[in-house]
Amino acid sequence: MLDFPGAKAAFTSRMEFISPNAAEAVPCFRILDDLGRALDGSDIPEVDSSLAVKMYHTMVRLQTFDSIFYEAQRQGRISFYLTNIGEEALNVASAAALTKDDVVFPQYREHGVLMWRGFTLDEFANQCFSNEAGHGKGRQMPIHYGSEKLNYFTISSPIATQLPHAVGAAYGLKMDRKNACAVTYFGDGGSSEGDFHAACNFAAVLEAPVLFVCRNNGYAISTPACEQYKGDGIVVRGRGYGMTSIRVDGNDALAVFKAVSAARKLAVEQSKPVLIEAMTYRVGHHSTSDDSTKYRSGEEIAHWRSVRDPVLRFRRWLESNAWWSVEDEKELRGAARKEVISAMNQAEKKNKPPLSELFTDVYDTLPRNLLEQEATLRDTVSKNPPSLAPH
Amino acid sequence: RAYVFGEDVKFGGVFRCTSGLADAFGTHRVFNTPLCEQGLVGFGIGLAAMGNRAIAEIQFADYIFPAFDQATAKFRYRSGNAFNCGGLTVRSPYGAVGHGGHYHSQSPEAFFCHVPGLKVVIPRNPSQAKGLLLASIRDPNPVIFFEPKWLYRLSVDEVPEGDYMLPLSNAEVIREGTDITLVAWGAQLAVMQQACAEAEKEGISCELIDLRTLIPWDKELVEASVNKTGKLIVSHEAPVTGGFGAEIAATIAERCFLRLEAPIARVCGLDTPFPLVFEPFYMPTANKVSTA
Repeated sequence: MLDFPGAKAAFTSRMEFISPNAAEAVPCFRILDDLGRALDGSDIPEVDSSLAVKMYHTMVRLQTFDSIFYEAQRQGRISFYLTNIGEEALNVASAAALTKDDVVFPQYREHGVLMWRGFTLDEFANQCFSNEAGHGKGRQMPIHYGSEKLNYFTISSPIATQLPHAVGAAYGLKMDRKNACAVTYFGDGGSSEGDFHAACNFAAVLEAPVLFVCRNNGYAISTPACEQYKGDGIVVRGRGYGMTSIRVDGNDALAVFKAVSAARKLAVEQSKPVLIEAMTYRVGHHSTSDDSTKYRSGEEIAHWRSVRDPVLRFRRWLESNAWWSVEDEKELRGAARKEVISAMNQAEKKNKPPLSELFTDVYDTLPRNLLEQEATLRDTVSKNPPSLAPH
Repeated sequence: RAYVFGEDVKFGGVFRCTSGLADAFGTHRVFNTPLCEQGLVGFGIGLAAMGNRAIAEIQFADYIFPAFDQATAKFRYRSGNAFNCGGLTVRSPYGAVGHGGHYHSQSPEAFFCHVPGLKVVIPRNPSQAKGLLLASIRDPNPVIFFEPKWLYRLSVDEVPEGDYMLPLSNAEVIREGTDITLVAWGAQLAVMQQACAEAEKEGISCELIDLRTLIPWDKELVEASVNKTGKLIVSHEAPVTGGFGAEIAATIAERCFLRLEAPIARVCGLDTPFPLVFEPFYMPTANKVSTA
């Protein structure tokens, strides 16, 4: 045994390079097959009918919201939108495995997590319409949601900056002896950022109870996974940091629920981080500013939208348990549509936030330079035609 | 609920700033982080966002750049005040030290002065450092606190025991005068004092101001002084182009145009990377200030 401070390793007189990839890719944990049937030997987690139905409701509501608001952007009613299509099961099932005390640091494609926690359709719509009732006070683009009450840190556009935040927050939870962990989400693209490396290493070394949930959905805007990394995805990196890791079928709600539940328990009980790579597929375009048919085939998209739809897969499992019916489906889809449209119309009618909110919250109170700038701006506005004047 | 962390902080730090803290408070509160500035500032933001006082150390300000993205402080604004990282203070030794060369001498304060939401604070001596640092840590906004490393060994001062704070965004007149106003911060003030003493021999009465907080800065105090004297020199080690002196010069030109008797002068570092053997020529020395 050698005793270098850097590693306690046995030594060998045979020079053998470690090959870049293992003989087989890390296997992907799933419970349900693509048709929503439990696989042989599966150990189904404890999900009773009321939990399962609640999860399904949320997935459908999310899908409905996405489709209506995407169209609203196309019609010019909001400036921007970004969907979660194809990742509804991953969003909702992971959220369902957490407690409300666990703090979430999202990227931006996790609206289902927020919806599960109780963010209302009105709250979503208000932020998208940048009105005065929106939590963000109209400062950020649509979909940049956040909620203090629901322990969901406000979304920001830069990729992976939330990862080290989650580690710091988790460390704080550990020191305060809370029965809670931090959970942070990011995509396959996000795993290339320096902040991913920084966060993983810190979490392992400082022993922070944080879950790193990678939504490997195959694309970072137009960049496919094969142009993002050369190794076996993200899960293999866990071992590089001395961190427990798992690869799971992100389109299997039950597998996601089970894996996240187990990971959370490990994190909270042992104050250790866990890396979960959830394999999935981004069915929608990156956002309303993207047309993904420019870099992938319509057939590929259609296949994942239909045959591999995680919501339909979960619905089949519900139906097999006689917890859901065709009538239930019709009723839910109809009700969800109505609720979303109503929220949208209400939000659209509300006023924009007052001009004062341009200047508040830069600091805790307004410093002199901002007081001056506000006074100057109000003066300019008052001398201009009414169309420029907010209130 | 305060934490002190950074590279090599546990044993006391490369400048011994954190000596004894780990023994006093335990290694869960005073600890080393892996060598990664973006990680350590990001980690600090997360800790602060949960209501803690996160006191991060960047070993040399020359290495702060990987953390720049994390340090751009929109956290409160973008969340509509639902969240904030006001408990974060980033301390970092900066400035010339006589032999630091490119990567142990830089003054990057100007980059951070361009970030709405941050405060940038620079003390000129130990007693100021204590009061300003306590104020920075307790201020409910993220603060970057640059410590002039030249002064770690050189500066000797009577520092009051006990708790006290000095106000942020408050400049201080440290030498009163009537003929010309000089503005500087950090170690440069010692250079300015020298130049003022020289000038006094020739009958020029100098008013010297320590800015102390660079953003948000105390425009009113500087304006009042220039209205009295009619002349201004700003001096800093950082390169002159785009340095913070430019902001001061532009603002005072706006506010005091009709009162000014001469163009505002900036005596600053040259527009080069910080050189090793050429340091004496690069620096804004007392000679250069006197000439101005």
